Amino acid sequence: MFLAKIYVTYKPSILDPKGETVKDALQRMEYTGIEDVVMGKYFEIKLSSSDATSAAKEVESFSEKLLINVNMEVFRYEIEAITE
Amino acid sequence: MKAAVITFPGSNCDLDMYHALVDEFQIETEILPATITDLSAYDAIFIPGGFSYGDYLRTGAIARFAPVMAAIKAADQQGKIIVGICNGFQILTEAGLLPGALQTNTQPGFICDITGLKVVNTTSKFTNAFTKSINQFPIAHGEGNYYVDAATLATMQANQQILFTYTDNPNGSIADIAGVTNVNGNVFGMMPHPERAVDALLGNVDGRAFFSSIIASLVNQQEAIKA
Amino acid sequence: MIHTYTEPTPTEIRDQKIYLPWGLTDAEYELVCQKLDRLPNYTETGLFAAMWSEHCSYKKSKPVLRTFWSKNERVLQGPGEGAGILDIGDNQAVVFKAESHNHPSAVEPYEGAATGVGGILRDIFSMGAQPIAVLDSLRFGEIDNERTKYLINEVIAGIAGYGNAIGIPTVGGEIAFDKTYAGNPLVNVMAVGLLDQDAMKVGQAKGVDNAILYVGAKTGRDGIHGATFASAAFSDEEESDRSAVQVGDPFTEKLVMDATIAIVKRYPEDVIGIQDMGAAGLVSSSAEMASKAGMGVHLNLDLVPQREANMTPYELMLSESQERMLLVIKKGSESKAISLFAEYGLESVVIGKVTDDGMYRLDFNGEIVAQIDAQDLTTAPKYNLPAVAPKRLQNAAKEQFVPKIDDLKQTYLQILQQATIASKASLYRHFDSMVQTNTVVRPGSDAAVVRIRGTKKALAMTTDVNGRYLYLDPFVGGQMAMAEAARNIVASGALPIGITDCLNFGNPDNPEVYYELAQSVAGINQMAQALNTPVISGNVSLYNEYNDEAIYPTPMVGMVGLHADNQTIMTQGFKQAGDAIYVVGTTTAAFNGSEIQKMQTGTINGQLFAFDAEAELTNQQLVLSAIQAGLITSAHDLSEGGLAVGLAEAAFDQHLGFDVAVNLSDALLFSETQSRFIVSVNPAHQAAFEAHMGTAAQLMGQVTDNGTFKLTTTDGTTEILENEAYTSWKEAIGWLLK
Repeated sequence: MFLAKIYVTYKPSILDPKGETVKDALQRMEYTGIEDVVMGKYFEIKLSSSDATSAAKEVESFSEKLLINVNMEVFRYEIEAITE
Repeated sequence: MKAAVITFPGSNCDLDMYHALVDEFQIETEILPATITDLSAYDAIFIPGGFSYGDYLRTGAIARFAPVMAAIKAADQQGKIIVGICNGFQILTEAGLLPGALQTNTQPGFICDITGLKVVNTTSKFTNAFTKSINQFPIAHGEGNYYVDAATLATMQANQQILFTYTDNPNGSIADIAGVTNVNGNVFGMMPHPERAVDALLGNVDGRAFFSSIIASLVNQQEAIKA
Repeated sequence: MIHTYTEPTPTEIRDQKIYLPWGLTDAEYELVCQKLDRLPNYTETGLFAAMWSEHCSYKKSKPVLRTFWSKNERVLQGPGEGAGILDIGDNQAVVFKAESHNHPSAVEPYEGAATGVGGILRDIFSMGAQPIAVLDSLRFGEIDNERTKYLINEVIAGIAGYGNAIGIPTVGGEIAFDKTYAGNPLVNVMAVGLLDQDAMKVGQAKGVDNAILYVGAKTGRDGIHGATFASAAFSDEEESDRSAVQVGDPFTEKLVMDATIAIVKRYPEDVIGIQDMGAAGLVSSSAEMASKAGMGVHLNLDLVPQREANMTPYELMLSESQERMLLVIKKGSESKAISLFAEYGLESVVIGKVTDDGMYRLDFNGEIVAQIDAQDLTTAPKYNLPAVAPKRLQNAAKEQFVPKIDDLKQTYLQILQQATIASKASLYRHFDSMVQTNTVVRPGSDAAVVRIRGTKKALAMTTDVNGRYLYLDPFVGGQMAMAEAARNIVASGALPIGITDCLNFGNPDNPEVYYELAQSVAGINQMAQALNTPVISGNVSLYNEYNDEAIYPTPMVGMVGLHADNQTIMTQGFKQAGDAIYVVGTTTAAFNGSEIQKMQTGTINGQLFAFDAEAELTNQQLVLSAIQAGLITSAHDLSEGGLAVGLAEAAFDQHLGFDVAVNLSDALLFSETQSRFIVSVNPAHQAAFEAHMGTAAQLMGQVTDNGTFKLTTTDGTTEILENEAYTSWKEAIGWLLK
């Protein structure tokens, strides 16, 4: 069994209004060191794949098909083996 | 009586509340920005609906850090009437002035509709003028699913803090709760919009009793002070 | 010196023809070279490609659009500005326009629809007006596949996400389904605003040395070349090659809207012009403002607020980042404008000034990167394209389709479940239709009605078009779109006063498509004049094709009507049992292109049924005057599904029934003859109503409260339970979307 942790964010060229608004709020609250905020989505998905390679393949496939819109989003992921 | 309607960046029901108070109930009212730090001149404070700061992080989450919130807390200390409608309710729960939290509707998505509200308690500052037990109120929200833990819920019930429940729960709120007060009974929040139900031309006047209740309790309060 | 960076040099541009993928033809490129008297550099080529795209220049549709009738006593501003403006008395004016966002919505339906709402709202408040309502006209494929379900849910959520957050009520519109829209859905948004006539602003850059002020969101690389993207057709291969996606930010737009309206009110003398940055962003807004005023502009691109590093002049000028406005501010008033925007938490920057030499000049890194005559940039060559009547029209069968009805009840319930007929309440309940507390008639009636606070007036508004009718006859179908829109307005008790449009068509280079465009416009125009409803704004969306197949010609008509007195606002629902039910207008066999033809044969064909413009006007005037005289308790326009559907919709509102007898066959209950209404009349007013209407209205029966629809025709009597009919109609969309 594998656990995939998938992070979805906008492509750098796409406006992230949510991240911008949180950044502004933090700056107003006088956290002066805030340079940038990206707000995305996070998924934890358990897979019954036999090995890490096939799990990764599956994650890449469904992330591109469903979890992200390829026109404006990107994803990265981590996979770890877990016991039930 | 003097009322304040607080506008946060992204509030969008501020004018609706203003018109309800001024046009329908002739209450002296000012719309004030969230940068205001002194509310001592006002007897009642209304936090209207909308999407403060876009509601991008979590509804009400950024608004609770606005400068005006200190003044609102001070008003609460003095026992003044504080009303949060829709986003205002969300802000008051985030700020800890009301118990609980508002989550995404059980069936996700914004809903705008008319819903039945049962008046549970007609002795409060906000419900004393209701004559019908079931009233039709507009709702318009995506995150109106009220949640409190079981212990708090039991206390709220014991204290009669639950003023309205839904007859046909539209958002999954625990115990069908639509509107609640704090322990002292001076702070109130609800997802439904009484300010949208005050003008006969728009086909619904069930919200008038809500404003009449507040006016009556303020008049009583002032008479009590005089006496 | 003209700087070119590491971008292709002017000669490389010429030799490698890199302008072709941007949509400039060889001949157009030659024309650019002639006008400049040199080769254009990379930035300049990009500017011309965007400004000369169909989306910005209407170079192909203009000869047709020019024929629109757009002047009468009410028109304060016709086509050519952000939105059109009509006088509604008392120094007030109504501002409205519709715009399509079809292509972006096909790629990223949530953001495409959301930014569609944002864009049209900017058009309204850039005139100085307060937006008061949004309507959506949506077309999708049949709800029989996951892709279409996804598109529907996301488009609805996108409109809701933007419109609800900004706090402008979505009060109406219509949604229809047909396989022609499967690969190319239509997302048309109409916005209506209210204006004090003194506050009226237009997008002009007048007055030498006045400042060009940039307001709102920073510029990023999003949506580069959206205008040229909107001017190209889709196919399967291009699926992943669509980068013109922008993310909407309704929070920023709300601040920009409130601040823009505030600056017009506070400093009316200092704001010379306002234009939103929509398609082709900065270049389009600034070049149009300059050329309309006969002036030039000089911009320093280093001053443009930028979200990303190392943006080139080309990218800065063509970005379609949302929530940005361009204002022309009187010289010397810059700082008070900037501090007003700061009050709203908005960044604003002077990026240039108005010049008197008519040149469009851009500086970047201390060098001139573009120098073009502003008139040349905004004057694309116009094309008179060939038009040929499509073959299907030449060989269409004259005979009307004959519906087959074995069991009236079964057919009746079946038609109520058709996606186009069924209740859309489960979709539009996602829209906040009540915010601003002015909505008198919410979605679901013929027209939405929004009162004007502080007056007795109200505005009625609707969107309409039936692409099937236009597919069978673009001219008559265009007339019918106008007629139905006007019937909707009249049924609400308002006087139609003007229209906007979204002309959704296929590739105009196809002579058959061009014919459809020209004929539709002629049909709309004929009725616009007959109804005294000038065409004051609009939008053209061409290249709506998928795999070389054009959509049905779908010129959406958005109409506004005026209620002088909000006490005579009328709704479509029957009010009480015992009221008499009348049909206004004559029912004939009108089935080619009808809902029942589509339902029973899976397609539409034959020659479209006839339209009688004179009967249309007469019936509308009679119904309107009867409403205003207080003779009627409900009025409903008859359209798709005919009498059968119209009666049911009128009954559903209060869950009433009816008992009607007509001298018609069962089949004719589904006929879609135009120019008809169903009205209900209190018995006390029947005599006066009949005297008023003469032969135009026939008594059909009465409203009942026994929960039954009872229909007696020349084929016999049929009874249908109201709640069975209601469930079929109300739940169908939900079932289909499961």
